[in-house]
Amino acid sequence: MVTAMMSVLISWLSRLGLALALVLGLSAAAAAQVRASVEQGFFNPMPIAVAGFEGLDPAADQIGAEIAGVIRANLERSGLFRPLDPASFIRRETIGVPPAFPDWRVLRAEALLIGEAQSLSDGRVRVRFELYDVLGEERLIAFQYATLPDNWRRIAHRIADQAYERLTGVSGYFDTRIVFVAESGAAGAGRSSRLMIMDQDGANPAFITPASFQAFTPRFSPTMQQITFLSLESDRPRVYLYNLETNRRELLVDGSAMTFAPRFSPDGGAILYAQDFGGNIEIMRMDLRTRQTTRLTNHPAIDTSPSFSPDGTRIVFSSDRSGSSQLYVMGADGSGAQRISFTQGARYDAPVWSPADDVIAFIRQGAANASGEPFQLGVMNADGSDERTIAGAYLTDNPTWAPNGRVIMFARETRGGPSQLWSIDITGRNLRQMRTQTSAVDPAWSPLLP
Amino acid sequence: MRQLIVTVLIAAGLAACASPPEPARPPLPTVEAPAPAAPAPRPTAPAPTPAPQGPVPGSVQDFQASVGDRVFFDYDSFSLTAQSRTTLERQAAWMQRYPAVRVLIAGNCDERGTREYNFALGARRAAAARDYLVSLGVPAARIETVSYGKERPIDPRATEEAWSVNRNAHTQIVSGAVS
Repeated sequence: MVTAMMSVLISWLSRLGLALALVLGLSAAAAAQVRASVEQGFFNPMPIAVAGFEGLDPAADQIGAEIAGVIRANLERSGLFRPLDPASFIRRETIGVPPAFPDWRVLRAEALLIGEAQSLSDGRVRVRFELYDVLGEERLIAFQYATLPDNWRRIAHRIADQAYERLTGVSGYFDTRIVFVAESGAAGAGRSSRLMIMDQDGANPAFITPASFQAFTPRFSPTMQQITFLSLESDRPRVYLYNLETNRRELLVDGSAMTFAPRFSPDGGAILYAQDFGGNIEIMRMDLRTRQTTRLTNHPAIDTSPSFSPDGTRIVFSSDRSGSSQLYVMGADGSGAQRISFTQGARYDAPVWSPADDVIAFIRQGAANASGEPFQLGVMNADGSDERTIAGAYLTDNPTWAPNGRVIMFARETRGGPSQLWSIDITGRNLRQMRTQTSAVDPAWSPLLP
Repeated sequence: MRQLIVTVLIAAGLAACASPPEPARPPLPTVEAPAPAAPAPRPTAPAPTPAPQGPVPGSVQDFQASVGDRVFFDYDSFSLTAQSRTTLERQAAWMQRYPAVRVLIAGNCDERGTREYNFALGARRAAAARDYLVSLGVPAARIETVSYGKERPIDPRATEEAWSVNRNAHTQIVSGAVS
């Protein structure tokens, strides 16, 4: 486990070469650099004081308090921070004035976030904040936003992202959304399986497809304007596009052929999907501008669940060409497929390439884990090395990555029970349930909002 | 023989009449097939005239009751069992007796698998059933296939019994049956 974590750390650090160099450079200048470790943080989360954002007028006061609450909740849920109880705070700090660091050190705060909100004459609200290293007595960020009051949640997520990034060296993921399938009713043709979209923290849930329209496996476009998904409309499994701006949905591949397992290319210009050629399932690519389709695999076995590498040069997919379902990586044109999964007795499904790294999340079955759970969530490097399972259940499915490649959300089901959405760090720490109104499956994490 | 020819002609006529350039598929019947061992429920509607023994020959009910409209599979398998072959042999013979009949074979899976893999596996099951019917002389043009993965279980429970009936290929008559 330690070696596994070390190698994650090393792969992380190599990816974060720039950020690390930056941090080291700063450390040289400022002796006591505050830093939450993405590896050790779960054992010892960084204590952070998020002071109530002071309102300079009554309307702004309410918004300021709500923003501080959302920032604390985000940082706490990441598992890397321990926001201190605001009731213990003895000082009120002011933007632009150096804080009384010794008073915060008494509370054992290592970082301090203060802010203020003010209503502007044009109807917007201005939110200013500052992040401090309490031990190093240094200001790390001073920033401000002006926005419509209704938009306060996004401002809170952005501030949390800035603080997370500055304190961990890893980009944040709080200003994002989740699309998933909300289920109600017994399994079968009569079940309602509706696409629902919500903020990453579960706020603002809203249906985007009607109750009569069975939808599954939604995935975000990198541009965030579109979702691709599978529907059983007209009793035919076929891939659809949904435009979040116009609320239009569109059948992607005409004809009676079954199409499923859609996923966007990293540039949003193409969709990979699987198509049934009379029992032979092949991986297809459609150019969204020309609508031209290309067949990428040519093998009598099942080839399905394609997912692009972040640079668009490779595709991971699952195939039973060896006799059981295993993971393969091939070039973007379908050439040179290489098997990457080899654990004895295990079969692999639902691979998803990290948007940030050469790491692949997958579902594994057959080689039971220590808890005897038949389905596991796992991660491995794209060359098949360093495989490890990080969660298990009666059934797990549809892993999806936070845009920073650090957190994975997936569906987890107990035997005979409903399915729920859970998130977990790639180290296997910090398993958390997302609260949803109904049984929930098929989560997809958006990129950072523009 | 004469009777048979007449039947065929009528069937051919019906097929011709019922074949506009874009044949519209009627809504699929709700899946309410019984477990394989249980006998199919007989229609219990009171018949105004003395009903013949069993359903009308050539009807959807006849197909379901005296032929069997589902074949079952082992876990994570699309191989036809001996019992499945026997059922498909009856289906092939029946389809040859009623040549206007067109079918849609839907492949289904139990819940123990990922959604996308199960859609693929269901397609394999439907194709396995189709291929066997074709090998027995049923023209491929009369058979369409589809997969519903694990989304259309007969029995929603998480038990061995439920899983065993949910792993099937379901032959549904789309058109051409005697009503």
